[in-house]
Amino acid sequence: MELLKPSKAGTYESNDIYIMLFPGYEENTIELESIVYETFGSQIKKVILDTLKEFGVEHTLVKAIDKGALDVTIRARLITAIKRGVNNG
Amino acid sequence: MANIRRSMLFIPGNNSGMLISSDVFDADSIIFDLEDSVALDEKDSARILVKEVLKTIHFKSEIIVRVNPFDTPYYALDVEEIKQSNIDLILLPKATVESVIDLSKRLEGTEIGIMVLIETAMGVEQVYNILDASNRCYGLMLGGEDLCVDLNCKRTKLGQELFYARGRVVNAAHALNKFVIDTPFTDIYDESGLEKDTLFAKSLGFDGKASINPRQIVSINQVFNPTIDEINHAKRIIEAKDRALKEGKGVFSLDGKMVDLPIIKRAEKIIEMASKIGLIKGVLL
Amino acid sequence: MYKEVRKEKNEEVLKPSKNNQSKEKYRRNLQGLLDELEIKDGMTLSFHHHLRNGDYVLNMVMEEIVKRGVKDITIFASSIFPCHSPLVDYIEKGIVTQIIAAFISGPVAEAISQGKMKKVAIMHTHGGRVRLVESGDVSIDIAFIAAPTCDEIGNLTGNDGISACGSMGYAVTDAHFAKTTVVITDNLIDKLDDIEVEGKYIDYIVKVDSIGDCKGIVSGTTQITKNPIGLKIARLTTDVIHHSGYFKNGFSFQTGAGGTSLAVSYYLKQLMIKENIKGSFASGGITGYIVDMLEARLFDKLYDVQCFDLEAIRSIRENENHIPISASKYANINDDCIVNDLDFVILGATEIDLNFNVNVTTSSTGEIMGGSGGHSDTANGAKVAIIVSQLFNSRIPVIKDKVICKTTPGETIDVLVTERGIAVNPRRKDLIERFKKTNLPLKTIEELKAISDSLVGIPNQIHFTDKVVGVVEYRDGSVIDFLYQKQ
Repeated sequence: MELLKPSKAGTYESNDIYIMLFPGYEENTIELESIVYETFGSQIKKVILDTLKEFGVEHTLVKAIDKGALDVTIRARLITAIKRGVNNG
Repeated sequence: MANIRRSMLFIPGNNSGMLISSDVFDADSIIFDLEDSVALDEKDSARILVKEVLKTIHFKSEIIVRVNPFDTPYYALDVEEIKQSNIDLILLPKATVESVIDLSKRLEGTEIGIMVLIETAMGVEQVYNILDASNRCYGLMLGGEDLCVDLNCKRTKLGQELFYARGRVVNAAHALNKFVIDTPFTDIYDESGLEKDTLFAKSLGFDGKASINPRQIVSINQVFNPTIDEINHAKRIIEAKDRALKEGKGVFSLDGKMVDLPIIKRAEKIIEMASKIGLIKGVLL
Repeated sequence: MYKEVRKEKNEEVLKPSKNNQSKEKYRRNLQGLLDELEIKDGMTLSFHHHLRNGDYVLNMVMEEIVKRGVKDITIFASSIFPCHSPLVDYIEKGIVTQIIAAFISGPVAEAISQGKMKKVAIMHTHGGRVRLVESGDVSIDIAFIAAPTCDEIGNLTGNDGISACGSMGYAVTDAHFAKTTVVITDNLIDKLDDIEVEGKYIDYIVKVDSIGDCKGIVSGTTQITKNPIGLKIARLTTDVIHHSGYFKNGFSFQTGAGGTSLAVSYYLKQLMIKENIKGSFASGGITGYIVDMLEARLFDKLYDVQCFDLEAIRSIRENENHIPISASKYANINDDCIVNDLDFVILGATEIDLNFNVNVTTSSTGEIMGGSGGHSDTANGAKVAIIVSQLFNSRIPVIKDKVICKTTPGETIDVLVTERGIAVNPRRKDLIERFKKTNLPLKTIEELKAISDSLVGIPNQIHFTDKVVGVVEYRDGSVIDFLYQKQ
């Protein structure tokens, strides 16, 4: 899927994550801020990369501000942002 | 916990923290809400979050999803996404005969049942037909807040304005052998008010009560739990029935009163519920 | 091994013997007094924390001492709070080279974790602090006592004055054993009747404008939680108490000031009324919720080492059954301490491991942010020590294979209550048998951890250097764990 425009999803609430997507980058890049960076930073990045791959998203910068979201929430927020980014409506 | 629906807890569909913890509050059913608690520009977000959570986390409670109303653009999208998930019921807001028939068609090929939300004056008048519009429709919930807007009356704690609607929906549900759930009590800090309102609902014939706050669930469950006296009496009826069967008696009496079939059925229901919710196991908590 | 600690009362202990009857204790200002006292390198200065995060006295004294160009000072404070951040600078400059305390939070804790302090911090328990002094392990050169009210011969109390903080339980030992004791007060009166520490232990009195900000006492959570998960845990905890076999007339109880712990007292009050059960005493840091229970005659007495809110301060002033006690009477293993008479204590945890060891000293990533306080003292003494915690919150799980720091040994912890189930220490077969007959959601701690892991995932290991920055002492003075600098 090709992102057509920047998009965002999620909230700054605890147990959630705020994700912004910016198309037009050379390769998928992640900028992650997380309250559990030390213990789960690598896992969060893995979920983001896996989900991008699953949806065939490339050339995108992912900025994420994580407030302790579980994998399932990270995935859901990213899917929402992707769908919003490809939707031209 | 099929068939026991003392309490139903609404969980806002876009709140990930609440969704993940939704089954720790001891509600018999959880309602993931895509409608009123979700802002218009987050409908997509909530729909995706609920779907992903249902895919990943196994819940021990009955799972219900409230979709958006039939006459909104979100309705079809909600149903399309959610029917692929492992849920028990869809709660259909502002239900009409037409919308129940539509939803029923969309759910063909799935095991998902329908629960209707009766929250308009027309809904109350049509409740029998709405419930009867599909075999998939297993029960109803009364929605007091929206109904009062439609009735142009004030929603009060005492709830006299809902008296007709409550009686009407309870009667229709029992006539069709379907379950019936009362509207939430919205003042979460008024514990005695909640208890009174719930006791009243139970006395009218409601099977359970909805709630918008987890802290109400324990009180609601307690009201709908059979009491120790009820359980003990039910046990004696069933013992007496077993004795009568052994002795080949068709009719029998207990404490000088004739025990007939409805009384036996009621006793069996109490024992079944008490054992399902763990009340017979040991100490009453 | 740890559970038996309370029975060993054979240590040689000092007895307070001071008798300073001087009528000339008053000094006009702190500067003059400190000149007179001749502060030297290597001294140990003690402070107490009843004004908690509102304390002015430690900073006030240290600011003057630093001006005198001394170094290698040891701060022996019952607790260090974020308000004591000026210490960081003194630590970096080698003026303060060691801190000994029961609880350290805020910038000072961060500095210690980062390895900035010359000597290792010693983190003791509230009872352990008394033992350190009585045994001579720590010798206090000068004790500075922040006193809300003091009279001309040095009798003092925390109950009155604009900076009233209630019980002054942690200051008592300092006054008894310091070579020199200085009272710093903002309310000097002619004669005090209601005396918490007698003037004969006091050598000097200084009056200042203000010893602290009363609002700081009420720092942290002293309100019942609104979080429905916290309420669920509190309700389950009350059920655990109810069915433990110890819930009968005359039982005793202690709980902390965390939101969930406070909710336990709220539900316990309802249960006691419903079951018509009356307790003998509640102890510890006291809050308004416990005061409520005293006033409803649900407990005969409150034994108070430290007031956690303004309601508690009001009550200790007005109610003769609300009794201030010293830290020794509270938790010292060499005293007939109150914690040994406790039936129930409700405690928190940052981490708990599969052996029920509890960490309340560091964060889940290993930085110092607390300490035992009375955690390990009460867990040791109480018949049923209950840990209350969410299974996870914002992806931070409470159950680990191994805790980063062992503050309280698992053999002194009896029950863990979480929103998704209750785990009983396998040592307590009696409790397990009782709970099996109820509807309590019993699980093993391994089962709870599996639920947590399946939702949260397994956190990465935290890495530390070999450099020890702190020693965690058990209440008998033995080393229970070390704290390391982070990588």
